[in-house]
Amino acid sequence: MILLADGWTLTLRKLLQLRHQPGTLIAMLIMPMVFVVLFGFVFGSAIAVPGGGNYREYLLPGLFVMTAVPAIATAMLAVATDQGRGVTDRLRSMPTHRAAVPLGQTGSDGLTGLFGLAVMLACGLAVGWRAHNGIGQTLAGVGLLLLFRYTMSWIGTYLGLVIPLPTADSLAPLTFPIGMLSNAFVPTAGMPAWLRVICDWNPISATVAACRSLFGNPGVPGPDAAWPLAHPVTATLLWLALLLLIFVPLSVRRFARAGL
Amino acid sequence: MADPIVHTTGLRKDFGDVAALTGLDLEIPPHVVYGLLGPNGAGKSTTVRILSTLTRASGGQAVVAGFDVARRPDSVRRVIGLAGQDAALDHALTGRENLRIFGRLSRLGVRGARQRADELLARFDLTAAADRLVSTYSGGMSRRIHLIASLLRAPTVLFLDEPTTGLDPRSRIGVWESIRDLVADGTTVLLTSQYLAEVDQLASAVAVIDHGRLIAEGSPARLKSRIGSHIDVVVESMDHLAGAMAVLERLTGRRPEADGPHIVVAAVGEVPPLPQIVRELDAAGTGIRDIGIREPSLDDVFLSLTGSAAETREVMA
Repeated sequence: MILLADGWTLTLRKLLQLRHQPGTLIAMLIMPMVFVVLFGFVFGSAIAVPGGGNYREYLLPGLFVMTAVPAIATAMLAVATDQGRGVTDRLRSMPTHRAAVPLGQTGSDGLTGLFGLAVMLACGLAVGWRAHNGIGQTLAGVGLLLLFRYTMSWIGTYLGLVIPLPTADSLAPLTFPIGMLSNAFVPTAGMPAWLRVICDWNPISATVAACRSLFGNPGVPGPDAAWPLAHPVTATLLWLALLLLIFVPLSVRRFARAGL
Repeated sequence: MADPIVHTTGLRKDFGDVAALTGLDLEIPPHVVYGLLGPNGAGKSTTVRILSTLTRASGGQAVVAGFDVARRPDSVRRVIGLAGQDAALDHALTGRENLRIFGRLSRLGVRGARQRADELLARFDLTAAADRLVSTYSGGMSRRIHLIASLLRAPTVLFLDEPTTGLDPRSRIGVWESIRDLVADGTTVLLTSQYLAEVDQLASAVAVIDHGRLIAEGSPARLKSRIGSHIDVVVESMDHLAGAMAVLERLTGRRPEADGPHIVVAAVGEVPPLPQIVRELDAAGTGIRDIGIREPSLDDVFLSLTGSAAETREVMA
């Protein structure tokens, strides 16, 4: 009970921040449109989808996932800022539930993620993207995207607890390009072998492939692709479960013991 | 003396090879401002961090309000307040919102947190600024909201770690006033400071720590009496210097030190009354331009306890 109450209070804190900084929300509205125009029409005009099909249909699942990746940086910076300002120490000296702080951080980020995904889906529908496999698989895809984003928040929370703020600041912009080492924008088949292995086994690639498969969009790899791409939904669930099993206990433990 | 409300015995803390605390024994009586004084790296902050459950001691015992900090950290957290060195606030929220959020996380409940925040803001006369974003606050204002946030649960013991470091003199006085108000409530305050004047102003008992252990303890007045007073004399001309120094040495039994026409004697114990010193100097025919007996500052105490002047200067900086 206390855990939930404290987790909610910390979520509320993030919502209050958003109320004072409407610019953040406006950016969350504009970013997806910029991405869709940039990748869908600027780069997309020169990229062919293997096995045919509309590039924007291929692209959108990639964008759904890619816009969730920076949640790592968001959480990392928020947690590192609290740590740097002494807010974390204040919380740790209070009778607050030990697990509430990371839970509130990731929970609030999940809420903004929900909003971000809704905007992204609307943008996709506006430029002709569709989910073709019925309501069940569509919801499964949306659920997978939310779980993916939630996992990214936990990774960021842990990084924020262990990385000092100035370092976190300079690392944050790296998350997006690292996310691009995947099949989100282009198929991995044409990449040099060493890079292809990295991209094929990137959890982002599995998630993108899973979304393409659940939404019935083009570019789903055949059974001869690397294992995570040939079994994308299973691979994604395994990846996310593994990451959560690592980063949730690490973050909670680190918060409770920080500075010892 | 009443039973101590904070009690440490043989408290040790090692960070790898570095020993931050090397067997600290403290007994802090209730309802006082207790000053913890020491140079940088003496172990002040480490002591506060152990007592406020942020850090685990490597050895020894610490009891706060009857609870062992290592065994009952949650119970300790319910009776303490901590204001660390940085103004620990969310800059993207207003002062009032910060207090409400921290109040809810301190188990005051939604309504309780709201009322307590309003009450404290009114009491410390900060209502006017309460609804502005913390990012727009001056250093002094952030520090005061930060201080209030540590009072939300009406703590039995309040830890203030260098509450005015980095503030301009005016803001510092504002924070000092707030701290004085607290003791009127019966809160016990453990105050660490690098500013000797701050401890002198606020604390009724002082512990001087150096290299992780206690080297002196007592009221500021008692600590000062350990090194006696200073007699300052400025002679009219250098011709009178030798005569004046001879008189002062005879009266105090201490060797005076001269810097140009300025003579200083650090007296120990009883100092002859000023009129007598003046009469004796006059009788010896020495012209004096200025004379005074100066209480030693805690600065002097600190110097005589911890040694080198250079170190102390650094502490004062």
